[in-house]
Amino acid sequence: MTEHVEWSEPEAVAAPAGAPVTPADAADAARLVAFGLQPKLQPARDQEYADLLRRYREDPPFARLADAVATGLGLIVLEVSPRAGMAVTAAEDSVFAVRMGDYARRTSADGGDRFLHGLAHLAVAAMAFPRPEDLADDGYIGRVTVNGVDAFVRQACHRLEERAAEQGENTDPATDAPGLEAAWRIWARRSATGATKDARRLAGSTTGIVAKAVAFLTDSGFLQRTGDDSGGTYRTTARYQLQVRDLAGGAAMAELLELGVVPVTDGTPTLLPPEDADDLELVADAGLPFHSA
Amino acid sequence: MTSPASTDSVPPQLSAGPRPAPGPAADEGLARRLRALACTAPLHDLDARKANLAGEYSVYGMAEVALSAIDLVTLNMDFDTGADHDQIVARLIPRIAAQAPRRPAAEHERVARWVLENLINVGSVDRGFRAVYGVFGADGTYVRRDYDFKLIEEVPGPGGTVYLRTTDEAVNVLVGALDTDVTSAQIAAEVKLEVLISRGRLADAQLAAEQARYRTVQYSETLRRALEATRRNVRAVDWLSTVPDMIAEALDHVADRYRHENAILTNIRKARDETEDAEHKRRAAELVDIVKDCIRRHTQLQSRLLEAGPLFRAEQDRQAFATPTSASGTDLYGHLLAPLLPLPVERAARVTDAFFAHGTGLRTPVSVRVADLVDILLTPPVEREHLGAEMPEPDLIATPDDSRFSEEQLAAATELLDLPADAPRRLSGLLADARRRDPELPYLVALLAVHAASPPVGTAYRQGERRLLFAVDDGTELDDPEFGGADLVVGTALLDAAGMAADRTEAA
Repeated sequence: MTEHVEWSEPEAVAAPAGAPVTPADAADAARLVAFGLQPKLQPARDQEYADLLRRYREDPPFARLADAVATGLGLIVLEVSPRAGMAVTAAEDSVFAVRMGDYARRTSADGGDRFLHGLAHLAVAAMAFPRPEDLADDGYIGRVTVNGVDAFVRQACHRLEERAAEQGENTDPATDAPGLEAAWRIWARRSATGATKDARRLAGSTTGIVAKAVAFLTDSGFLQRTGDDSGGTYRTTARYQLQVRDLAGGAAMAELLELGVVPVTDGTPTLLPPEDADDLELVADAGLPFHSA
Repeated sequence: MTSPASTDSVPPQLSAGPRPAPGPAADEGLARRLRALACTAPLHDLDARKANLAGEYSVYGMAEVALSAIDLVTLNMDFDTGADHDQIVARLIPRIAAQAPRRPAAEHERVARWVLENLINVGSVDRGFRAVYGVFGADGTYVRRDYDFKLIEEVPGPGGTVYLRTTDEAVNVLVGALDTDVTSAQIAAEVKLEVLISRGRLADAQLAAEQARYRTVQYSETLRRALEATRRNVRAVDWLSTVPDMIAEALDHVADRYRHENAILTNIRKARDETEDAEHKRRAAELVDIVKDCIRRHTQLQSRLLEAGPLFRAEQDRQAFATPTSASGTDLYGHLLAPLLPLPVERAARVTDAFFAHGTGLRTPVSVRVADLVDILLTPPVEREHLGAEMPEPDLIATPDDSRFSEEQLAAATELLDLPADAPRRLSGLLADARRRDPELPYLVALLAVHAASPPVGTAYRQGERRLLFAVDDGTELDDPEFGGADLVVGTALLDAAGMAADRTEAA
């Protein structure tokens, strides 16, 4: 490996057109991308993976080749580092992208279920990285629990409900236009949990939806399960932070701005405790952050 | 579950043409009343549907059962979790049995479960009811709206179990509101408790003690939430005034309750030990248990309150005095989640779809190799046998017999050495006899004789042998063409088998 570096460096200086790329190099670059496609594999565990990563960092032509292979496959390279390995994610309309139809089979016709699944993913991310500094800090490890995520979204919906009641608006939607219902009502209406015949979680309840989201993220290598209390405790990995920070947050923000909603804050974190904590009904064992109005 | 929407139609004789509807203020009241009416609809629906059940259920008054179910859940839900499903069913059964005493008990239980499940509305996805009502808007247009409500809802309890609670709608419409302000009731409860004890009315004292426990639980919850939030973000919790005030208030509460409860405990123990009435004794014992539980919770709360200060300082060290990051990231809650929730669903769904599409990573698609597929499909299923796998027959080769002396030679030598007990012989004679029989036999005889020089007495003793070959060197030299050494006297000794057996059993 080091010999190759020594040779290629003077060659790269002497021949700016690039050292001749052999099919073996192309094969190595593709192998590196293949390692990146296995999200649960860590470079510390696999020697070949670690070697290829080192080569990527030290050998610019090889790095460019690997990037080109990834782009050709429809993948976006987020970061290449010993911490996260080769973190790749699917580009839009790529073969590797996850469709909502594959993710949740029984989505209802009026899109309510689809929205709930998407909101669950966003809420998991918000609870895992509550402050902007946490999202920006590479060494931060976020922790989420299933019951905590559900309770925290419910609290937010409850505050909106109170505010609507104060202002006296009738928030019941018109019968023939279910899409105009406020988003928080859908989450608030769905029951938090329910008893089933075989004592498993009810799949349509909000804790069931959050649990499904968290399980899917674990399979994708974004979270790791650390325990069973409060419905399941998980911690984040470096890949998840990269994904949320560099891609998902930006995409969602762009959509929101397109809709004409421009949230303006001064950069301080907005997860704050409520002023009067006594009037909230809580789910037992839900340890949660609070939020401002 | 729907209730018919009422249309505001004006009788034709009172108008020439269609008149505009009454103003929005009247419709507000109408909307409220329609919603209240909708809450009673599920109960009437139970009576309407009981005809559809398999079996003859018309003798039961389902609305009555449903109302008592709701009352039971409301009264039984502890303030921190809820009522237990099976307990409610068990308590409903006597009421149902009273309605139709001649029916079997299994049918009563079936009715109870049916009513409770329908109040929860197990059949629908979000486990609630929906009613449609129509009102006139501010501009006179007639709009139909959906009203969603639940009567009994399921909540998760500690340990993953599911409990039942009645919703506010059910309580307001069906039970009648119980408006209790806990703070002032707390003080009232204390006074009540002491008075009740002194007058011997212990059942009511129990209720008052339970309410006091509820307040402590509330404080511990608030404290736990504050500490969790501090761990996430030390600036998020107001440690300058709010939290220290709360801690001080909670410490006062704990100290206060401590004094009261210790006093109560002493008195009640005295009452429990001295009273003659069995019912009073039992209730006093229950009250003692509750008060002891309260004291335990108070101790826990106090230790947590005392830990809170050091925790705050540690978190502050970790968070506030760490190097600040220059890049400001996206505030996922403030920038995305909070603005999203008030939007209508169809617009909010676009944002969540974008987040989902970009935030869930990738899935490697499966591609089939036909060669593998053929193998997988053609592999016959593994048959399971009772006998297990077949053992291969081992291929045995007889080991060659390479011993020096054959079996016949050994038999001949043993015969030669089979001497009568009183006639020992010299080795030279034995060797000469052996040489006459077989040229190789003397060596074997010599070997056996040499071994006999140190006979295995212990073994013979243990195994109960009667004869033992022995050889003694009396100094004569052996005169033999093949062997040299001493000319041993070889003989047989008889062993005292009976004595040995006796010794053995004694020793054992």
